[in-house]
Amino acid sequence: MTDQRSQAEIVRQSLKRRYRKERRFRLYGMTAIAIALLSLVVLFTDIIGKGYTGFIKTTMTLEVVLDGEQMYLDDASDKDQMSMADFQAPIITALQKHFPEVEERKDLRELSRLAGSYASNQIKDLLARQPELLGTTQTMEFLVHDTVSVYVKHADNPAYSIRLSEQQQRWVDELVQKGVVDTGFNDVFFSRGDSREPSNAGILGAIVGSLLTMVVTLVIAFPMGVAAAVYLEEFAPQNKFTDFIEVNINNLAAVPSIIFGLLGLAVFIGVFGLPRSVPVLGGLVLALMTLPTIIISSRAAIKSVPPSIREAAEGIGASKMQVVLHHVVPLAMPGMMTGSIIGMAQALGETAPLLLIGMVAFIVEIPDGFFSSATVLPVQIYLWASSAEQGFVELASAGIMILLSFMITMNALAIWLRKRLERRW
Amino acid sequence: MQTANLLPLILVIAVIAYGLSYMRSRAVAEPIGGIRNLKALPFYYAARAALWCAIPALIVLALWAGFEGKVIQNYVVASLPAELAPESDGQASLILSQINNVAAGKLDPQFVPPEVVGAADLLDALKQRSASFKATLVILLAVLGAAYAWTRVQPHINARENVERTLRWIFFVCAAVAVLTTVGIVFSVIFETFRFFGKVPITEFLFGTSWSPQTALRADQVGSDGAFGIIPLFTGTLLISAIALLVAVPVGLLSAVYLSEYATRPARAVIKPLLEMLAGVPTVVYGFFAALTVAPFIRDLAERIGLEASSQSALAAGLVMGVMIIPFVSSLSDDVINAVPQTLRDGSLALGATQSETMKNVIFPAALPGIMGGILLAASRAIGETMIVVMAAGLAANLTANPLDSVTTVTVQIVTLLTGDQEFDSAKTLAAFALGMMLFIVTLALNVVALKIVRKYREQYD
Repeated sequence: MTDQRSQAEIVRQSLKRRYRKERRFRLYGMTAIAIALLSLVVLFTDIIGKGYTGFIKTTMTLEVVLDGEQMYLDDASDKDQMSMADFQAPIITALQKHFPEVEERKDLRELSRLAGSYASNQIKDLLARQPELLGTTQTMEFLVHDTVSVYVKHADNPAYSIRLSEQQQRWVDELVQKGVVDTGFNDVFFSRGDSREPSNAGILGAIVGSLLTMVVTLVIAFPMGVAAAVYLEEFAPQNKFTDFIEVNINNLAAVPSIIFGLLGLAVFIGVFGLPRSVPVLGGLVLALMTLPTIIISSRAAIKSVPPSIREAAEGIGASKMQVVLHHVVPLAMPGMMTGSIIGMAQALGETAPLLLIGMVAFIVEIPDGFFSSATVLPVQIYLWASSAEQGFVELASAGIMILLSFMITMNALAIWLRKRLERRW
Repeated sequence: MQTANLLPLILVIAVIAYGLSYMRSRAVAEPIGGIRNLKALPFYYAARAALWCAIPALIVLALWAGFEGKVIQNYVVASLPAELAPESDGQASLILSQINNVAAGKLDPQFVPPEVVGAADLLDALKQRSASFKATLVILLAVLGAAYAWTRVQPHINARENVERTLRWIFFVCAAVAVLTTVGIVFSVIFETFRFFGKVPITEFLFGTSWSPQTALRADQVGSDGAFGIIPLFTGTLLISAIALLVAVPVGLLSAVYLSEYATRPARAVIKPLLEMLAGVPTVVYGFFAALTVAPFIRDLAERIGLEASSQSALAAGLVMGVMIIPFVSSLSDDVINAVPQTLRDGSLALGATQSETMKNVIFPAALPGIMGGILLAASRAIGETMIVVMAAGLAANLTANPLDSVTTVTVQIVTLLTGDQEFDSAKTLAAFALGMMLFIVTLALNVVALKIVRKYREQYD
């Protein structure tokens, strides 16, 4: 008796300590979740903080006198003259109007560097289109030079002004005050391909490239994945080869994606002679990579169709293939589509295999077909992130925001499909 | 005609075959008392005609398109006169690109020897001939197949069985693509790897402690023999993966425990998808984050406490990679913990153990094999991860265990060796395939072992 009571006593005395341990354990769990969620929050705020300026462009509106004498040009419809003419001069003159005190050659050169490097091309294009404008005065909007743009967007942060001289900073401040230099929504970013100059670079080329690649991936991977899943669930005999196929699918799902890049390089380029860096090639490689995901989720969807459906169809005389194609596959379709959309979202964000098959090339044109050189969103982000210029960092984060919004849309669509169409049996 | 134009054409012929056979099957059924006296529904006769039309044509088209480029190229190279015949593969690719550029009109013919211009003309002619042969053959096959199937629209033939058997074969081929992919991977790395070992002895590759894959461009160049020792790459990979696992395993495991044992249903419904979002973020985004935010932060922090840190430290890449695989570990361990039978839990609680004691002393030991399997899978993920390390880890192959130092990994080297200027046959490029082979073997082994453990563990409680 006494022995037992002391036992209970011991338990009671230890209770406090044990409860403390319990609380501590629970706290560990909460900390772990907090760490994970915090990293998510830090990741997103960091990218948004770095990237929102990517959606802003900085422009400079100038009264440009298209003086033929200054440009060494007396007939703008003459191609030879146009290729020799100096289109930088009118811009310098227009800028000089705002700062009449600048006269020295060196200072003028500094002043002219405020305008973007494509500003003179803009004048050239205008004159090539409308030669009769030679000699008139035009109000034109130019993109400012990248360093100026970065300086204007981050006016409160001295780290972004190091690439402008103090004199240039003073000029820019004055131009901003006069309203000559202004910021606006960056439509350039959404309407162009890549460029060497950040303020002139756009993401449209990469978006189109991604779209083309995804179409190829979808057209190959979805029907194949569904067909493979149907075979494995409904028709495959119980034998060694079927087991072997299953082992292969499970392993392929876990093979590092870069290995698929090696496959693309050696087989599709090396053996079949496909051209490098085209959407067809990227789509093929990504299709092989996504196939296991689609097969696995399609099999799960087929499995969830209840046997009663099959039995009913078989009972009224349908053949095995009719049961599958008329009843099982349509009923499993929402699940298959959900899985495929998630697989496609993964493929959309994949970079590594595409690096190996040459989709890292610098491509200015917007791709116009499945066989034209292209790059894709994640690769474009990678290219910009590894560029030295400050202006590219904000473009990379802006690109990330666009990529993430595509992926979130796709996943939301998958969730909606599942909620809307999936039946509970 | 281009391959891309032939595809819709085949489709059109198939549709026509479908329509004609459908009409014929109805016409055939008319005198014998309607379609109920046919062996199969008109749809199956029509579908069979479409299959007969499309499948042979598509197979021939795929084979032809796949090999025509290579065959023509080899023929053109063989036709070059003896003094221009390439001595090495590098020369061959140079001459070929010259020929291609001339043929495509990108290179002015006056800058190249007349033999090359001749070869370019030959190339053009061959391409044209091949294209017209291809188009004729494919269209002929499609029409013949359709015509044959059309004549076989007869009441006593069971078209349904034909169609179903064909479909079953198509399904089988689709499933077998998984095997073909594996075979493709193995073959694509194995040949280049063996050629690599012909240039660099395998022992040097496996046990060498220095990695600097600069090979001489010219034979007389000095001091650039190149060293291909994989040890520094493996230690670098292991260092970064170890840091990643040190982050991901405790955080992932503890959050799985909290979610499955303590969290209320609504909290779980919110937190779980949020955690899974971490897995959905593309790796290039993590790479960006690691290279531009975490790495400078770590360097500044280390400098403040008086340590010297590289701007491309292993720590930054490892930490971010750890965050990336948190959801991987947590969802795998969640599955495993939920698979432990409720009776074990109830028994322990009934004896008076607290929830954490139940967790630590009953559920965790029972779930341990499954969790180990999950960790192995996570490790294979970390080893094969590319973008984070390409962007945030360095290129210098340092043999070090200091996480503040810069290290390089297997995947980084594959990417650097294969992007940028390359001649296809140098030891440099071949080395990338050898590295790929090592990576494939290691991750495959980890996966096989992990899946085996997980499966065995599941069977234990099923």
